[in-house]
Amino acid sequence: MRHVLAVWVEHHAGVLSKVSGLFSRRGYNIESLVVSKTEENGVAQMTIVVNGNDRIIEQVIKQLNKLIDVIKVSDITCDETVDRQLLLARVTANNDNRSEIIQLMDIFRARIVDIGRKSLMVEATGDEMKIQAIINSLQPFGIQEMVKTGTVSMVRENKEGSGWGGIK
Amino acid sequence: MGWDKMKMNGAQILIKALEEQGTEYIFGYPGGAVLGIYDALYESSIEHILVRHEQGGAHAASGYARVSGRVGVCLATSGPGATNLVTGIATAYMDSIPLVIITGQVPKIMVGTDAFQEVDITGITSPITKHNYLVQDVKDLAKIVAEAFHIAKTGRPGPVLIDIPTDVSTAICDYRPYENVDIRSYKPTVDGHPNMIKKAVKLLIQAEKPVICTGGGVISSGAFEEVRELIELTGAQVVSTLMGLGAFPGNHEAFLGMLGTYGNKLANDVVQNCDCFVALGMRFDDRAVGNVDKFAPNARIIHIDIDPAEIGKNVKPDLPIVGDLKNVLQDILKKMRKRPEGMSKKVRNKKVSTQIHKGINSPWILQKVQEIVPKTTIITTDVGQHQMWTAKCYSFDIPKTLITSGGLGTMGYGIPAAIGAQLAMPDNLVVAITGDGSFQMGMAELGTIAELELPIKVLLFNNKSLGMVRQLQHCYCNKRYSAVDFKKSLDFMALAKAYGAEGYRIENINEAESILKEALSSKNFTIIECPIETEDLVSPIVLAGEGLGNMTDIS
Repeated sequence: MRHVLAVWVEHHAGVLSKVSGLFSRRGYNIESLVVSKTEENGVAQMTIVVNGNDRIIEQVIKQLNKLIDVIKVSDITCDETVDRQLLLARVTANNDNRSEIIQLMDIFRARIVDIGRKSLMVEATGDEMKIQAIINSLQPFGIQEMVKTGTVSMVRENKEGSGWGGIK
Repeated sequence: MGWDKMKMNGAQILIKALEEQGTEYIFGYPGGAVLGIYDALYESSIEHILVRHEQGGAHAASGYARVSGRVGVCLATSGPGATNLVTGIATAYMDSIPLVIITGQVPKIMVGTDAFQEVDITGITSPITKHNYLVQDVKDLAKIVAEAFHIAKTGRPGPVLIDIPTDVSTAICDYRPYENVDIRSYKPTVDGHPNMIKKAVKLLIQAEKPVICTGGGVISSGAFEEVRELIELTGAQVVSTLMGLGAFPGNHEAFLGMLGTYGNKLANDVVQNCDCFVALGMRFDDRAVGNVDKFAPNARIIHIDIDPAEIGKNVKPDLPIVGDLKNVLQDILKKMRKRPEGMSKKVRNKKVSTQIHKGINSPWILQKVQEIVPKTTIITTDVGQHQMWTAKCYSFDIPKTLITSGGLGTMGYGIPAAIGAQLAMPDNLVVAITGDGSFQMGMAELGTIAELELPIKVLLFNNKSLGMVRQLQHCYCNKRYSAVDFKKSLDFMALAKAYGAEGYRIENINEAESILKEALSSKNFTIIECPIETEDLVSPIVLAGEGLGNMTDIS
């Protein structure tokens, strides 16, 4: 099963390699990993999407917690979250289909961020399914180049006020 | 405070911080990238032990740590100095031994340029250290040393490496001792959950055939009295992993020996038939439990360990308790003392002693050694048949008297470890039991022993082969012995002479006892060679894929 882990770590050199090294040497598969600064000075957050059965995920979480630089690990798979990926894609376009692409992208609330003589560049954000739908709809026109980020997630506020509550 | 405005360079700060941690010995080997550190050491109260190979330094620090219960410290230069430590660090990591390892590094500006003797040692050791640091700023050094000791010795102990670029050791900074280490991301759980403790007590009272297994965690938590009382209260029988030997007295009637692949048959049988298996500070290594699916089929398993990641990693327990064994057992005992019912009905098997044939063979010689030496004798071993014979045939009655590489199985461990052990306990007899294969791996440190004039006794079983690998080929390769026999006989007595050691060779059975008596009571560094048959096997064993209940006589 696919799990989304939110991992808060000390923000200094070498932490990323300690975390990614842990995954590779214990044979866990990372689907995606995003690292970024947080509102807290010196704390970075990783959103890691990992595949595995319950036993593997339990080990992943325990092994991550063993790393001294890891402050907190949350499995937010079953939480109410907002998930986002960012997509940039250059699509083949000509005078005949340019407006069709623009209309199509409007449906997805994606934006055209660059126009060339033979192509358009599309920017879109959304959860994994939406991004996949956009890619599928662009494919018939011809995707010349594409980059996309992994998933970042944030837990919605619930009655317990779950999410990152500062370092306690 | 006199510390205010004390200007020092990084190397001096390092040594000062090590002194403040109570460091008695540094096991090290100098080099270009640690010149400054050695210069600072020149004026220090810390005694530096000059080993002959960095790996020996790490092993000696590990032997010292295991015997003394303190953090062992070793030091090496950058590049090859650092990589030579790797096996020693991995050995300590697998056996959860607290070490602080200091390595020199090329100047910060040259890091990443493939400079002379540059190696990414923090990258290399990240899978085999509990934590490691590459020091970027001299201002962080005192804090890092204090953190490193804290991390090494608390929770599940382990090695911590500090890599120090030369420009950090020469940089000048104000020194203030760093106290009250507080790492927000590192707070080991030390107390067991009260509900789990209640359940454990209930399970133990219900059990009719409980077995308690002592792992290395009993030794690192020092829960010896607690284990003893638990066994008296529950009437349970005791088995041990290799790392746990000595945690509970080997001569106690409840102790049945080591479990596992090379374990004692009775110990294995009792584990397979028990209805409650209590794992104390052990990690269910494959050599200890055999085929996991066939392990103790009718037992409720209680697993107590300080490392949550060990719970359910190999064997899924019915009742997990995370915490320091000493605290958890004290809590369990508090509850058990009030519940004396049901304790008397426990089934106890009659202890049978291992059959030993009189002759020049390892079990018989080890039995004689046991008769001669005091109980406080510290035995270090290398890895191979001699190690398994020692674990099976020698009774460890006092904690921390067996110092051996359990998890990693590192040949060449025993001799350097004996150096650390002897320095930690100068008044105890230290015997390094080894084989001719392992001995030749750890032999470099004979020079260290000679120079320090340590009265270590090396008992060398010489079967002119790599006996354990030979035994594996006997079992699994249809007796096709590939690259395991030493064709040339070596003159180990001449070698003893070269190092100024007393040399003894046991040639025949009539003189065996008198030679052992004389050699083991010597005040000097002594090498006792005992030629044994190449064909001798450690038997019976649990073959690969089998459960503990199915031991095969392979001889």
